[in-house]
Amino acid sequence: MADLRVNIAGLQLANPVLTASGTFGYGIEYQDFVDLSQLGGIIVKGTTLRPREGNPYPRMAETAQGMLNCVGLQNKGVDYFCTHIYPQIKDIRTNMIVNVSGSSPEDYAECAARINELDCIPAIELNISCPNVKHGGMAFGTTTEGAASVVKAVRKAYTKTLIVKLSPNVTSIADIALAVQDAGADAVSLINTLMGMAIDVEKRKRILSIGTGGLSGPCIKPVALRMVYQVAHAVQIPVIGLGGISCAKDALEFLIAGASAIEIGTANFLDPTISVKVARGIDEYLERHGFSSLKEIIGTCE
Amino acid sequence: MKNVGTCFLFRYFLYLCIAFIYIMYMKKYILDLRITAVEQLSERYLLLVATNPDAALPEMKPGQFAQLRIDDSKETFLRRPISLHFVDRQRNEVGFLVQKAGPGTASLWEKRPGSTLNAVLPLGNGFTMPASPEQKFLLVGGGVGVAPLLFLGAEMKRMGARPTFLLGSRSKSDLLRLDVYRGCGDVYVTTEDGSEGEKGFVTQHSILRNEKFDRIAVCGPKPMMMAMASYAKSVGTPCEVSLENTMACGLGACLCCVEDTAEGNVCVCKEGPVFDIKKLKWQI
Repeated sequence: MADLRVNIAGLQLANPVLTASGTFGYGIEYQDFVDLSQLGGIIVKGTTLRPREGNPYPRMAETAQGMLNCVGLQNKGVDYFCTHIYPQIKDIRTNMIVNVSGSSPEDYAECAARINELDCIPAIELNISCPNVKHGGMAFGTTTEGAASVVKAVRKAYTKTLIVKLSPNVTSIADIALAVQDAGADAVSLINTLMGMAIDVEKRKRILSIGTGGLSGPCIKPVALRMVYQVAHAVQIPVIGLGGISCAKDALEFLIAGASAIEIGTANFLDPTISVKVARGIDEYLERHGFSSLKEIIGTCE
Repeated sequence: MKNVGTCFLFRYFLYLCIAFIYIMYMKKYILDLRITAVEQLSERYLLLVATNPDAALPEMKPGQFAQLRIDDSKETFLRRPISLHFVDRQRNEVGFLVQKAGPGTASLWEKRPGSTLNAVLPLGNGFTMPASPEQKFLLVGGGVGVAPLLFLGAEMKRMGARPTFLLGSRSKSDLLRLDVYRGCGDVYVTTEDGSEGEKGFVTQHSILRNEKFDRIAVCGPKPMMMAMASYAKSVGTPCEVSLENTMACGLGACLCCVEDTAEGNVCVCKEGPVFDIKKLKWQI
């Protein structure tokens, strides 16, 4: 077996496979299918300072090779997370990472500060890229100033590994990545969903309750891969790649493009065991090509 | 002393709760089932019977569902949630009644005996069962919504109860497997065109005026479920409905299939699909 360990700015992962926020619940939802300790980490649902009801139903529209969603960060707030959910997940033997969202830099910082107190949460992923909320979310992630302002505020309040999740709905994602790096981010993860739309031709009406939603799934993989490649060549901090990864080959493309780790999202809905299969597939690839360690292939694309 | 006693009782109560939760918790599986029989019931309805070739099928309850993988569909992406139509423990088989609703379900028409059917199951909660065999339950189904009621009726029969079915459809040709339902209880029928049973909707059937039930279970199109819920509320009979909001994961992770309830937005796939009508915010 090859050495699959990877270190993301102090965060030690047993292997490069993480599960993406909003697609894996709190991990508990998948423990009948997956030995969670076989994962590099689990990024739990988007958490905000105050509880959020999310958007009305319908929140999902299927596409040929993916899906649109407009869940809108439904969650019970950080206090509920700390008192009710954290006790249930703190003993899961993998890196439990919390995805944090907000509507102002102060919101983000306050939420991050609360999570900083939790011993068994070694990192947060800052969501400055949610396309489904009116205030905050993607609004911060689409300008270099907005992104930097949130990261600076959170950096002051948060002492552990700070990952910032980037939006693809921008002109130059590398510029945003550089801005968050300069503002103190330890790593970046990309991409969040691409903004899209679906129309019901019978009713001549947009399907999703808020009209638009975030596109995910295999259809966005080439876009994600291109962006990961560009960002990995622009920044010095580690890059976590995601966007449509559904098999070990997809994951390897991202790693070779320059990602130090990857996240599996929508593919979890089709096969709840896919995350561990991808980890195994990466190992097989390394063995087959005679690499003793994952590090030997990261960013080696010619 | 009193404090010590209370403390002990509390601890005992906690243990009981934990044991209860453990028993109620049903492990979920992802299985490659093998199709044993395929029967086209009509142009729009298909019966798929599958077995688990490797082991006994897991414990499953009426009202629960499976997420079936759709192979070879160019237009769709996700699994399809299909309710459990019957579970035959002796033959180690599970049945699915599938309506051709779109390209996803249509691709299940390609299944043949021997084909693989990848399923994630059992998912969701399930219907309330009678507290005793004497309780009178009315099971109301419309269209493909009749599917989970067979499993429910069969389980009731197993415990010695005799359920009453009230099944509705557009016309005679869409009434599915009536003889099988009759094997579990009394069956009453409505059709919109009057080609079988009483003409009209299930909510207009005379049995609702002539008999009183301890509980009503409903599965069908939303307007029909709302009408039945309204009837149940007006006569003060406890009532459960099975919802079918569009879903992605089926495990309570993606929060796409939510229903607005007294407790806020909850996942139909995890907290449902069966809901007590008192929990829903329907205007009935």
